[in-house]
Amino acid sequence: MSVAISFKNIVKKYGDTTVIPELSLNIQKGEFFTLLGPSGCGKTTLLRMVAGFNSIEGGDLGFNDKVMNNVPPGKRNIGMVFQNYAIFPHLSVSENVAFGLENRKVGKEERQRRVAEILDTVQIEIYKNRMPKNLSGGQQQRVALARAIVINPDVLLMDEPLSNLDAQLRVDMRNAIKRIQREVGITTVYVTHDQEEAMAVSDRIAVMKSGIIQQVGTPRDIYQRPANLFVATFIGRTNVMDAKLERGAGGSMVLRVGNSYSLEVPGLQEELLSAATAEVKVSVRPEEFVLAGDGAGLPGTVVNNVFLGLNTHLVVALENGQEVEVIQQSASTQAVEIGQQVTLAILPESVNVYDQSGERNLNRGIRL
Amino acid sequence: MSGRMKRWDIWSLITFVIFVGYLVFLALPLFMLLIKSFFDSNTGDFSLAYFHKFFSKAYYMNAVWNSIKVTVSVTLLSILVAGPLAYIMTIARIKGSAAVRILILISSMSAPFIGAYAWILLLGRSGVITAFMSRVFGFTMPDVYGFSGILLVLTLQLSPLIFMYVSGALKNVDNSLMEAAESMNCTGLRKMWKILVPLITPTLLAGGLLVFMRAFADFGTPMLIGEGYRTVPVLIFNEFISEVGGDDGFAAAISVIVVLFAVAVFLLQKYVANRKSYSMSALNPIEPKKLKGWANLAAHAYVYLFTVLALMPQVYVAYTSFLKTSGKIFVDGYSLDSYRAAFSKVGDAIYNTFMMASITIVIITLAAVLIAYVTVKRKGAGANVLDTFTMLPYIVPGSILGIALLVTFNKEPLVLSGTAVILIVAFVIRRLPYTIRSSAAVLHQVNDSIEEAAISLGASTLRTFFKITVPMMISGVFAGAIISWISIITELSTSIILYTGKTRTMTVAVYTEVVRGNYGVAAALSTLLTVITVLSLLLFFKLSGKKEVTM
Repeated sequence: MSVAISFKNIVKKYGDTTVIPELSLNIQKGEFFTLLGPSGCGKTTLLRMVAGFNSIEGGDLGFNDKVMNNVPPGKRNIGMVFQNYAIFPHLSVSENVAFGLENRKVGKEERQRRVAEILDTVQIEIYKNRMPKNLSGGQQQRVALARAIVINPDVLLMDEPLSNLDAQLRVDMRNAIKRIQREVGITTVYVTHDQEEAMAVSDRIAVMKSGIIQQVGTPRDIYQRPANLFVATFIGRTNVMDAKLERGAGGSMVLRVGNSYSLEVPGLQEELLSAATAEVKVSVRPEEFVLAGDGAGLPGTVVNNVFLGLNTHLVVALENGQEVEVIQQSASTQAVEIGQQVTLAILPESVNVYDQSGERNLNRGIRL
Repeated sequence: MSGRMKRWDIWSLITFVIFVGYLVFLALPLFMLLIKSFFDSNTGDFSLAYFHKFFSKAYYMNAVWNSIKVTVSVTLLSILVAGPLAYIMTIARIKGSAAVRILILISSMSAPFIGAYAWILLLGRSGVITAFMSRVFGFTMPDVYGFSGILLVLTLQLSPLIFMYVSGALKNVDNSLMEAAESMNCTGLRKMWKILVPLITPTLLAGGLLVFMRAFADFGTPMLIGEGYRTVPVLIFNEFISEVGGDDGFAAAISVIVVLFAVAVFLLQKYVANRKSYSMSALNPIEPKKLKGWANLAAHAYVYLFTVLALMPQVYVAYTSFLKTSGKIFVDGYSLDSYRAAFSKVGDAIYNTFMMASITIVIITLAAVLIAYVTVKRKGAGANVLDTFTMLPYIVPGSILGIALLVTFNKEPLVLSGTAVILIVAFVIRRLPYTIRSSAAVLHQVNDSIEEAAISLGASTLRTFFKITVPMMISGVFAGAIISWISIITELSTSIILYTGKTRTMTVAVYTEVVRGNYGVAAALSTLLTVITVLSLLLFFKLSGKKEVTM
């Protein structure tokens, strides 16, 4: 049975150092939820609090409203996949997978049936009698996953499970994990520092920094409408530029970038503007620039171009000397040479405008 | 993760029980020794008379001076002999180097006093080499008794320890460090002095300390080959055991001084080693290269000569065990008489050794598994104190531990003197560290998440320990247990203090037979010990998959 997980004002301290100050969060039943952030942001600490390996210094952790703070790990009915897999090296694949069932006093026949079933699900049934040292990294990963879900846990916890695999296998495995999670429908909490991986597997993502959740949302929300500049720069690549925001004719909001370029931006929370003009930061993703030809835009000089097949990556030096990244579909454009003068237009509905501190997105409809 | 949950569980209880064991059988006896040294044994009054007596008489100070002379010389000479040996074996390809390493290891595993008595047979007044030299060349060999004999025996016996330590360290030196030095035009001896020596200095200090402590505590060698060259362990033994005028209190006072001195040396070594330690692991270790011409010849000669000298005592003793004897003297021809005599005269010693060593090793194995686990995986104040306790036997000489146990457990409420129990207690305490270290080393490799995985799958603390942790550390436990086993059956300095007629061990029997001049029986027993040692080592190699031993 899957459960919903609730964090109410959760506090984690190591001695006198507070690592997580009053964090609140709700994870839905059956959801694939990812904790994403740079190393040291507290994401693994939080996961281990759910598992019961880290103590909780304040607030309540609940599984379906049942407070779990002092329930020992073995009694929480969790399945956990560790960064280094933590496969028992002296037990065969099927013995590894059966371990949790034995602890639950599941009868021999049912045990065998469930082990066979799960090995089939993770597609390693042919290795069932092998010892772990004779398995590849990806196979060990599947054993770890099978071992964690065969016990029908309420929650599946995964701590950077793919970080020890090579790039290609990482992509394969994350697809496999997503597929298996969808099949079994367990509430899953996944920890990673790899934003691409997080986007690929998650229903929702919490972006963390210094023990504080910066934003919670679907991969699309977080990528397209980052709540602050930290999220904007941590997820995907982006160009941050200084700009001025003014009230235009008819109450519209006009963004002035550089010396000569201005564009009307819809959907800003104008009530947040106290003065007639305000200094702001704008975040424009590389693919949100358009080569404007003779139209309005930011003038600049191409200083580098890299052809990557599907896309072409350009580096353009603007008038003020700032270099920005631009990604163009290779098929749609003529080759652009180094040294060439170009004009960059910004897609007004994609741009994100932040206050001067970068703490706050001025666009409407930001979901925290 | 430092945020591990701390719970009062079965491990707290186990830590407590082990702790009490150490308090009763190590801390209390040492404390009793301290008490005894400060109170007059006749009147029971507080008195500094024993210490005054020790420091005011040239007779005693002379023994201290002798001990320091022997210990420092043996340590320096061992480093000088074994350091280059390890270096040569690392950089040069020596024919049969695998066999040489094993032979050197075997030579280090025998009881030192067997070496002493073998060298008396070889180089003593009527030794075979002495006789041969004077008969054929008319050359009188230098005197092997006294200081020079002790130095010869202990250096050959203990330099293999330095060899093993330094070899281990050199294996962790990445060849790229050597190449980097060469690329900056630092070559040859300069490279060795500037790069290699500083890198292995911490290891030399650790190995040096081990040699120092063993040479300092060794009792059998000066007793046999010293011929009146009194060192401190001999002094203690005489004061304690001597049938005429032996004085427990005075022996206790000397023991206290010795332990304080040993602790001081230990702390000094630790202080220096900590300041100079590096952590190294070589991706690309130094490969032995084939040397050319004279260098090759010299390297081989040095390695082989050392191996032969180190093994000579055991080989010669084994040879004499097959000689025909008439009464106490060897006569022409070969026979198994010595073995027959050994089994009939001292069969009980063989039985005692096996019985006591087997019980000891079972206790050691259990205790080491638990202690290693507590100290590695359950860090905390209790674990740190336990760690210190397990280190103490490295510092306290065996004879002193023996005396401490005897003065503590020879009266109510717990009378153990004269029983096998007291010997087993002494063996456990002294030889436990080998198994603990070997078990802990394996345990350090076991990632915490393995246990967390088991616990997250619903296994209890104990089930996790027995089903997951123990099977993973078992190879290290057995490997350590074998080393403990070997060191138990070859140990003399504690047993000679604690044994009685009923609990005589093989080493005690060898020692008494040698003293009585009954060389045939002694040789047969020694050979038996060597054979058991070699067989145990082979088992160790098989179980651990390694060709080296950490002491």
